[in-house]
Amino acid sequence: MKRIFDKDTWQEIFGSIQKNKVRTIITMIGVLWGIFIYIALAGSSKGLDNGFERAFQSIASNSIFVWAQYTSIPYGGYKSQRAIQLKLGDVEILKKRVKGIKFIAPRNVRGIFGSSGGNIVRGNKTGTYAIYGEFPEYIKIASSKIYDGGRFINQTDIKNERKVCVIGERTQLELFEEDENPIGKFISINKINFKVVGVHKFVQGGGFGDDGDIYIPFATFRKIFNTGDDVGWFMIAADENIDGVKVERDIKATLKEIHTIDPNDERAIGGFNLGEVFRKTMNFANGLTFLSLIVGIATILAGVVGIGNILLISVKERTKEIGIRRALGATPSEVRSQIILESVFLTVLAGIIGIILGALVLYGINAATVDMTDFPYTNPTVPIPYVLGALALMIILGTLIGIIPAQKAVNVKPIDALREE
Amino acid sequence: MGSNSLHVLKGINFNVNEGELVAIMGSSGSGKSTLLNILGMLDLLDKGTYDLDGVPIKDLDETKAANYRNKFLGFVFQSFNLINYKTALENVTLPLYYQGVNRKVREAKALEYLDQVGLKEWATHLPSELSGGQKQRVAIARAMITQPKVLLADELTGALDSKTSKEVMALIQEINKSGKTILIVTHEEDIAKMCSRIVRLKDGVIMEDKRNKMVKAI
Repeated sequence: MKRIFDKDTWQEIFGSIQKNKVRTIITMIGVLWGIFIYIALAGSSKGLDNGFERAFQSIASNSIFVWAQYTSIPYGGYKSQRAIQLKLGDVEILKKRVKGIKFIAPRNVRGIFGSSGGNIVRGNKTGTYAIYGEFPEYIKIASSKIYDGGRFINQTDIKNERKVCVIGERTQLELFEEDENPIGKFISINKINFKVVGVHKFVQGGGFGDDGDIYIPFATFRKIFNTGDDVGWFMIAADENIDGVKVERDIKATLKEIHTIDPNDERAIGGFNLGEVFRKTMNFANGLTFLSLIVGIATILAGVVGIGNILLISVKERTKEIGIRRALGATPSEVRSQIILESVFLTVLAGIIGIILGALVLYGINAATVDMTDFPYTNPTVPIPYVLGALALMIILGTLIGIIPAQKAVNVKPIDALREE
Repeated sequence: MGSNSLHVLKGINFNVNEGELVAIMGSSGSGKSTLLNILGMLDLLDKGTYDLDGVPIKDLDETKAANYRNKFLGFVFQSFNLINYKTALENVTLPLYYQGVNRKVREAKALEYLDQVGLKEWATHLPSELSGGQKQRVAIARAMITQPKVLLADELTGALDSKTSKEVMALIQEINKSGKTILIVTHEEDIAKMCSRIVRLKDGVIMEDKRNKMVKAI
């Protein structure tokens, strides 16, 4: 141990490393590459992880979509293939009967799923966009951002059936001048004037929807499109610490009861559990992290074996030098520790360079993908424990692999080493 | 390296007194190098005893042998055996490094010994930049720096021309005059004549062991 902190030991090591530059560089490339791959992989998988998390952040990660379809089993006197229609009244019943519902937002839409959208006119500009009937709860589940100065639909809008709307970024671009503030301006939806109260920033994720969508109060929607109490689908946020799968099951069961559907009818009520998808995606990301760790460590291992290999050759090359050192009074343990320290030093030095290169590459990838919001890759970092772990691994492996050539060096008798011409 | 054993020395019994300059002579295969290697603890003896300055040299493991070599013995080889990527000064300091001597002390001392062999100006040169005679003088400085009890030289003039050989032998005689015990293995008659005692070996036994009137090298 004392030798490690001895300046002379290091001078000896630097001496022998410096005099064999090509060998040193070749040796180091193996480990350098290994640790580089390790850092790049670990960082990238972390970036992917972050990217997935970001993709899901636009919508509460425990949200559930429920919609109605056609029955597949005759039940309660009804034939099968009966169309089911969700109703506004379902909301109260669901809230009462199903535990774990945080928010529930009934939604309607015109403009997707085959229906025609709203014809929007403003001055001489026109367009066709999807129109959504919304409750204020929606914004609590889908965390769409509303640009400064605007707001989302509120309870008073619903109560008074106000003709207000929240438009999308694209709608703004297409209907308004570039430097025009749309808030407070009017647009015409199917020949009815609506006041713009907000502009929503569109974030990808959470199924359908795009940056042209127009949101109007649910109450206004039902009046315009004559939908009565019909609800297109429910968007539900489950409580944070509750099993989303169970909530989804309970909701479906309750809806089947309300609408007289066979409890075993799997087709009648459709559902999509984003929490479940989120969990699966994160599991996938974790699996990827694990894989990258394995691959990285295996690559480091290969690099270290390379170091051992080259040191073995170098010991052979330096047999005579070792013989001279032995004749001059180097003990076997001194020879051994010199070779091992050389191995550790090369490994760690290569490792540090590899870490720096890996970090640079991650930085570069991050800089290149920072504007690509569709690409699930954000802020690739390698946790410090991973880095320290890799360094520790390298020191241990460097030592272990150094033992082989060191032992070989010690096993050569000085007399034989000197005889070798 | 083979596992075949070969009896090279077959009963050798001799003493070297302090301050002697002994030439061990013999044709190749006579066992003279083996004898020197045993004396140098580079090789082990199968049977017999070896006392160095009253210390019985036995039960040698590698560590013990290394320490004895470092403390008691200095080596000079035919092929110089300098480490080629170290300067003359670094080569000379090496035995002291293994004694754990402080770097500054080591270098000062090495410079002093290089001065004694007349190579102070060449301290920072690599062996490849030195002539054969200079290399051998660096090797002698390296062997002397630990102030060993015995200096062992194996064909130290074997790779040198006769003029340089004489210069190196003059240095050896000078060191001997200061009281150092020196053993030289050689097969050159005129080198042997420069020693105070000549031991002739043949087929592993001593044929002749006689005092010699030392011829001055220069």
